[in-house]
Amino acid sequence: MPKLTINGMEIEVESGTSVLQAAEMLGIEIPRFCYHDRLSVPANCRMCLVEVKGAPKPVASCAMAVGDGMEVTTNSEVIQKARKGVMEMMLINHPLDCPICDQGGECDLQDQAYGYGFDRSRYRETKRAVKNKDIGPLIKTVMTRCIQCTRCVRFGEEIAGTADLGLLNRGEDVEIGTFVEKAVSSEMSGNMIDICPVGALTSKPYAFHARPWELKKTESIDVHDAVGSNIRVDSRGGEVMRVLPRLHEGINEEWINDKTRFAYDGLKTRRLDTPYIRNAQSGKLEKASWDEALNTVAEKLKSTSPEKIAAFAGDLVDVESTLALKDLMNGLNVSNTECRTDGAFVNTDTRASYLFNTGIEAIEEADAIILVGTNPKHEAALVNARIRKTWLSKRVPIALIGAPVDLPYPYEHLGSSAESISKLTKAFAKKLGAEKPMIIVGDQIFNRSDASALHTQLRNAAHKMGCVQEGWNGFNILHRHAGRVGALDVGFTATQPINVGDMDVVYLMNSDEESILSDCSDGSLVIYQGHHGDAAAHRADVILPGAAYTEKNATYVNTEGRVQLGKQSVFPVGDAKEDWKIVKALSNRLNVELPYLTLIDLRERMSREWPHFDKIDALPNETWPDDMMTGKEKASNCLKSPFKLSIENFYTTNVIARASKTMQECVEAFTKTKPQKKAAE
Amino acid sequence: MKPKFEPNAKYQPKEFSFKSKKKIKDILANYPSNQARSAIMPLLDLAQREVAAVGAKEKKPYGGWIPRAAMDEIANIVGQPPIKVYEVATFYSMYNLAPVGKYLVQFCTTTPCWLCGSTKILEAAEAHLNIKMGESTKDGLFTLMEVECLGACVNGPMVQINDDYYEDLTPENIVSVLESLAAGKKPTVGSQTKRKGSMAITGPTSLEAEAKKAGVV
Repeated sequence: MPKLTINGMEIEVESGTSVLQAAEMLGIEIPRFCYHDRLSVPANCRMCLVEVKGAPKPVASCAMAVGDGMEVTTNSEVIQKARKGVMEMMLINHPLDCPICDQGGECDLQDQAYGYGFDRSRYRETKRAVKNKDIGPLIKTVMTRCIQCTRCVRFGEEIAGTADLGLLNRGEDVEIGTFVEKAVSSEMSGNMIDICPVGALTSKPYAFHARPWELKKTESIDVHDAVGSNIRVDSRGGEVMRVLPRLHEGINEEWINDKTRFAYDGLKTRRLDTPYIRNAQSGKLEKASWDEALNTVAEKLKSTSPEKIAAFAGDLVDVESTLALKDLMNGLNVSNTECRTDGAFVNTDTRASYLFNTGIEAIEEADAIILVGTNPKHEAALVNARIRKTWLSKRVPIALIGAPVDLPYPYEHLGSSAESISKLTKAFAKKLGAEKPMIIVGDQIFNRSDASALHTQLRNAAHKMGCVQEGWNGFNILHRHAGRVGALDVGFTATQPINVGDMDVVYLMNSDEESILSDCSDGSLVIYQGHHGDAAAHRADVILPGAAYTEKNATYVNTEGRVQLGKQSVFPVGDAKEDWKIVKALSNRLNVELPYLTLIDLRERMSREWPHFDKIDALPNETWPDDMMTGKEKASNCLKSPFKLSIENFYTTNVIARASKTMQECVEAFTKTKPQKKAAE
Repeated sequence: MKPKFEPNAKYQPKEFSFKSKKKIKDILANYPSNQARSAIMPLLDLAQREVAAVGAKEKKPYGGWIPRAAMDEIANIVGQPPIKVYEVATFYSMYNLAPVGKYLVQFCTTTPCWLCGSTKILEAAEAHLNIKMGESTKDGLFTLMEVECLGACVNGPMVQINDDYYEDLTPENIVSVLESLAAGKKPTVGSQTKRKGSMAITGPTSLEAEAKKAGVV
């Protein structure tokens, strides 16, 4: 391992490390624009110049690999002068519009100009101007501000896998563009806003809304998919102004998908801000007080026999309120509780049978990946990004069983139905001799009558391929809903499918599933506890307004089984309340004792019964019992019909996204254009 | 400067297909199959030459240029997104991205040629063809374009017309070069003052014996 000195400090690093990275390890900050940890190194901004003893002139530290005995100086006068020169060059064509630029206050160029800029310009000629590009409803472009670092180009090429942007022309005329006017069609495109070091690419929905120093930052968890991306919710007053990613190497690295980032405007529209009760005469929903609404519900629950009551926990529920609802229903002797509202009856024998056991980070270790009945691009864009990263770094072979989809990496299509699963075990894995194969199963494929046979067959296939071994469990279920795994963890499941039509009372917590709503009989009382006036609120007889994910402290479990805490950023709108408190208030009226008064009590109750809720942010290592092999059903019981995909439109998968204007614009802009044929290299 | 690429302009043909499949195969064979994008440059050149070959026989515009459809086709051939081809094509001045005349006259106006009087050469050509720099003649025969140094400084001023250099120009002999091209004749390529290579006008100043032996003096 080469040893080098930087500013007189000695450090030993792995060979292949760049001087910039070595300096960073020593805590020496080197300014940079084009260099980004997760992207390739073009070394075109020249801001990271350092002096290396023996080299005739300053070198770009980002592209300079360390050598043994290298002596590097990062703070000499020569370097200061060189960086000042680079900065001056960059500012020649950069407009002085910081006061009206959205990047102001969090701009790399602005910050570094404080260290290396001049207080006046020597440039007297006219600045060049570049035409702004229209690249869709999410990213606003002010191309005159661009310093041609090409981070966005490399992001598109390397991370997102859709090379739409490029660096065109040369010299004075050089510009970033798509050339042929088109929207940047990637569900990860919002990240270009974050990596742009200047104000060339900024958020269109957030434009001119707030300044970074006015915002209250809350570190929270995303609920738009089951990945559980770590996010930072920026709010001002009672309003969520924007959502940004937060670094988590195990889950989302430093990216988030566009729905996570831009659907927040859905939190401000179509909200349920007061309880409603349907007037029996007029058939219309009328505003009510909490007392009236809760009493109506309590009376009906009291007068109905337990087998005529059903409770459903939907896509966005948190663990606390699911558990409170479960305790309440248990207190009423109701056994019809179900969280798999879409009918995707994933097996719940052990925790390992419904988790993404490998973990998202460990995808990078896999040497063969088989996707079954899933479109990771839509269901978990960040898992998809991780698969692409793995494919880019070692060209891992990838196969798909199910509906063929457009993915940013090449894959072998093995078939569309359950029949192909046995084919894959023989052919695909053996051919490759994979040591760490992994199989990723979309939870939606269990939305069929053969769910249990399918699960058996998949487990057998996983075993035969060697997916499960000491220290490696390559059997993964990819969930789509943030609330699902947590609800499965606390056992919010029924032993048999619930016949909704038979029920007199249907309690929907955050569940807007059309199939349940259409099954509700006319005479039944439908109670909807949720935060958006979507399909369920339309059908409901009583509405109990709850809090959205930015408005409550709540626990979520992601598809890996990782327990994470979402934090409250703003208060619930109007009279809406935190969901577990609504259930608690209801329990008081039903004389069912829920043994907790505070959230802390409730969390203690959770971790007493399920100790894994104590281990926040820990990747579970669930045991895989040997009897998982012995399936109860034969593979031949599987249906022949092809697997279907449930998400037709990435941008409108839940109530928040459906209420979001930005997401509607995305639907207009992206889903109506033809998808790209080929993946980028 | 070369004309700007206008992907949606009226003159852009809707479709493009290469005439010679064999040449494509030969070009691709030069590179490893996982590095097919290296073939973008020779394929762009091939497209430009094929357009020129057709243009010389058929309708206006006459010269070689690369339509957008050709770039998309190349992207398809090498398995890259079209933007990767656009990037390369817009970078290099030798790829024409808009129709040009049958004879693309590229004037070197960089310092050495300029010192030797390239401005006068240009004025003579402009007056003769009755067009300005960057324009094409109505008959589609000539386009004038300004370029940076073409590396023939010793024999400046000079122009490049399609693939050939014409050096040691004067306001008179540039006109005669253009005239003979317009008449369909092939003027002498290289020095217009019968200078051998880049030898000094007064004859060799060094290696005289060798020059005699080679018969260039």
